[in-house]
Amino acid sequence: MDRKDNFANIKHLYNRAGFGIAYPDLLQLSKRRLSKAVDKLLDIPHQGPDLLTVSADEFKQQQLVLAGLNGKKDLSPEEKQQREDITKARNEKSRDLNLDWVQRMIATQNPLLEKMTLFWHGHFACRANNPFYSQQLNNIQRNNALGNFKTLLMEVSKSPAMLDYLNNQQNKKGHPNENFSRELMELFTLGRGNYTETDIKEAARSFTGWAYNKNGDFEFNPKVHDEKAKTFFGQTGTFDGEAIIDLILQKPETANFICRKIYIFFVNDTPDETHVKELAAHFYEQKYDISALMKRLFNADWFYGKENTGNKIKSPVEFLVNLSREFYVTYNKPQILIQLQTSLGQYLFNPPNVAGWPGGKSWIDSSSLMLRLKIPSLVLNDGILDFNGKADPEEEAVIALNKKQKPRPVKSYVNAQADWSKFLSCFPKDMKQTELASFLLEPTLGKKVSDIIISNVNLKNTAIAVTSMPEYQLC
Amino acid sequence: MERRDFLRNAAFAAAGTLIVPAFMKPFEALALEELSLYKNLVVVQLSGGNDGLNTVVPFGNDIYYQMRKGIAVKPDEVIKLNDMQGLNPNLNCLRELYDQGWMSVINDVGYPNPDRSHFRSMDIWQTASDANQYLSTGWIGRYLDSNCQTCKFPYTAIEVDDSLSLAMKGKSKKGIALKDPAALYRNTNEPFFREMIKSDKDHLDEENLGYLYKTMIETSSSADYIQNTSKIYQPNYTYPNTGFSNQLKTVSRFICSGLKTRVYYVSLSGFDTHVNQVNQQGRLLQQYAEGINAFVKDLHQNNKLDDTLVITFSEFGRRVAQNASNGTDHGTANNMFLFGGRLKKQGIYNAAPDLANLDNGDLKYQIDFREVYGTILDKWLDVNNAQVLNKRFNTLDFI
Repeated sequence: MDRKDNFANIKHLYNRAGFGIAYPDLLQLSKRRLSKAVDKLLDIPHQGPDLLTVSADEFKQQQLVLAGLNGKKDLSPEEKQQREDITKARNEKSRDLNLDWVQRMIATQNPLLEKMTLFWHGHFACRANNPFYSQQLNNIQRNNALGNFKTLLMEVSKSPAMLDYLNNQQNKKGHPNENFSRELMELFTLGRGNYTETDIKEAARSFTGWAYNKNGDFEFNPKVHDEKAKTFFGQTGTFDGEAIIDLILQKPETANFICRKIYIFFVNDTPDETHVKELAAHFYEQKYDISALMKRLFNADWFYGKENTGNKIKSPVEFLVNLSREFYVTYNKPQILIQLQTSLGQYLFNPPNVAGWPGGKSWIDSSSLMLRLKIPSLVLNDGILDFNGKADPEEEAVIALNKKQKPRPVKSYVNAQADWSKFLSCFPKDMKQTELASFLLEPTLGKKVSDIIISNVNLKNTAIAVTSMPEYQLC
Repeated sequence: MERRDFLRNAAFAAAGTLIVPAFMKPFEALALEELSLYKNLVVVQLSGGNDGLNTVVPFGNDIYYQMRKGIAVKPDEVIKLNDMQGLNPNLNCLRELYDQGWMSVINDVGYPNPDRSHFRSMDIWQTASDANQYLSTGWIGRYLDSNCQTCKFPYTAIEVDDSLSLAMKGKSKKGIALKDPAALYRNTNEPFFREMIKSDKDHLDEENLGYLYKTMIETSSSADYIQNTSKIYQPNYTYPNTGFSNQLKTVSRFICSGLKTRVYYVSLSGFDTHVNQVNQQGRLLQQYAEGINAFVKDLHQNNKLDDTLVITFSEFGRRVAQNASNGTDHGTANNMFLFGGRLKKQGIYNAAPDLANLDNGDLKYQIDFREVYGTILDKWLDVNNAQVLNKRFNTLDFI
């Protein structure tokens, strides 16, 4: 493999495994073998640091107050105010948590860890109305992002956020609630067609008693657990929840299902079955070691094949983080990042449903594409955004309390600064405009793109033009 | 016999009369009017879960008053439609439309195993899925995908908003979202944008890049078409100055200028009334009714009401009993409103909610919402509903 290939391959690797790469880093890395770059990506602390937007003390304090209020029949106006204040504080923290994570992705030195966390965030899609639970789940997903899938699955399944979201708090002996059991098999592990309705019913009984306490810790409640024998995958025994998860992981179909999703996320919207099988066999053999799986994936020749480069549509968050990292953007009013997420259709911590964001072409429609094409000039040139996302359904109650229903003012200043001198100092003095364009874009430059950029007066204008092109939506 | 003749004869023979759903007929057998390019559907979404029981009030049922001591609408305030049901006084503007025969109410529309999460239930209504099924395409989007004779343009479905709802997204085709046609036109006519989409078709066969270019080209031609067609029309009807009315005014402009769009989508937010519901909901219902009143009369004045069907839905109704904060919590089945000049069954379509026979304090649904969609797909949009809803749903006779 010659130098030029290596340059392109490492750029591709960092685009997929992370959120892009700075030019000097790319030059540096491309002097070494590709496998060294893969090792460098993986050779990182596979844990934390945790997001600590919501403190445990704050959470416990609120729980105490709420427990007191919930016990009362009639609340005084002060007590009602107290409850409203907590709701308000939580909504604010939810937004802060979102922004802390996005800013973390923009600044991180361990891009693969955050990229994997983003993958698991979509895989174990969940909405929690308590930001402390959302934060817990996010930290579980990060701490196990490159660890063992079994641990990850177990911890996610025991997290208050997921127990709540999939109604396992209501899953009790004699009155099973099948929601968690169904999604566990359909969306988290096996995929449709690899289990029966009986398996779902029986597994639901095994998860009775999985609950959490007021401190936000998992707690098994033996009183509501159904201890009788269950028949699962044709075997009969007094399986508890852990045993069910073990049995699910024993099926190679689980490895296959996860690898297919990994492939779609990291490689190509249309999975190549041979490649998926190859990954799945390795993943299963390595006892669900995620790091080993990713190493195999990033070292596969086909990962760098022409059919797998420059053809994936960036998700809105990938697009925003990529752009912000590339140009060292500071957001003076970070809330704009939430407005952009909602407008583009990927509001972190708020997936459309437990199946996560469908991804691929579904990110793009006429309005989201027009906005994407406009964002670089807004962010890099400090423009005005005259675009509002839809209200989140969970915010309807807030809207209901808001008296004004006159047309909303829809303009907001992006109020962000790109660090142009830092960006431009990355490149050699004699860097040509087409060279900059080929660095910023993953698809090969067509004649038209070259024609357009050649008419730009300098590298700064070239960069804005290039990032405003449909080619920049791909990685 | 040639296939075409066979199809034509079979269709007539099977039905015995001329009343055959358009999707059963071969294209050649259809006259241009039958293709009904100009028949419009306007979907109005009330987000947050509108309380149906305080919208169409079952004033003839004592249970309603027992369960809603703090928030019930008093019998003398109800705008009575029959002995059992009447409208919330804030819907006063609708009475006129009702009296003209331009309005129907369908009671208790819902689905099996209802979900009380806003998000999930809205998902179900927009994708027309079962409660335990996750679809990534919307019902109008799949109508666009069905590639029928009347839905082939990129501007076949327009949402008057900045961003596009899931309901409008199909697998290969999607609706278009725009708040202001002039703004979209300006954007797609910027020199940089035009430069990018002109000539050079090499990208079009590449999978995702081709899709991006195709979307840009379609957006651009739609923006040109919508702007050039709609700018000729001079609106002459006065609407109230609310966000909701502005959306409807835009839709009216599109319809009256003869845009070949079939489906329009608008929404009104804020119906999640857990606390002190009466004033909040009242304010919203009034905005809704004033907007609809202006819209329907505007269309009538422009001879477009016969070609328009307006439907209103919300992701769920609310529980029958009020809560302790003079509000209501998330419930299940709900009523839907229909407006148009050619309603077959005007007034109240079916029996009032049975408040004595509840499912855990919630209304039981009488009609699956997909039967309402199915009816519209079959009889108004001329496409076999099984193609869009993934299985065949019975049709109703409101149109």
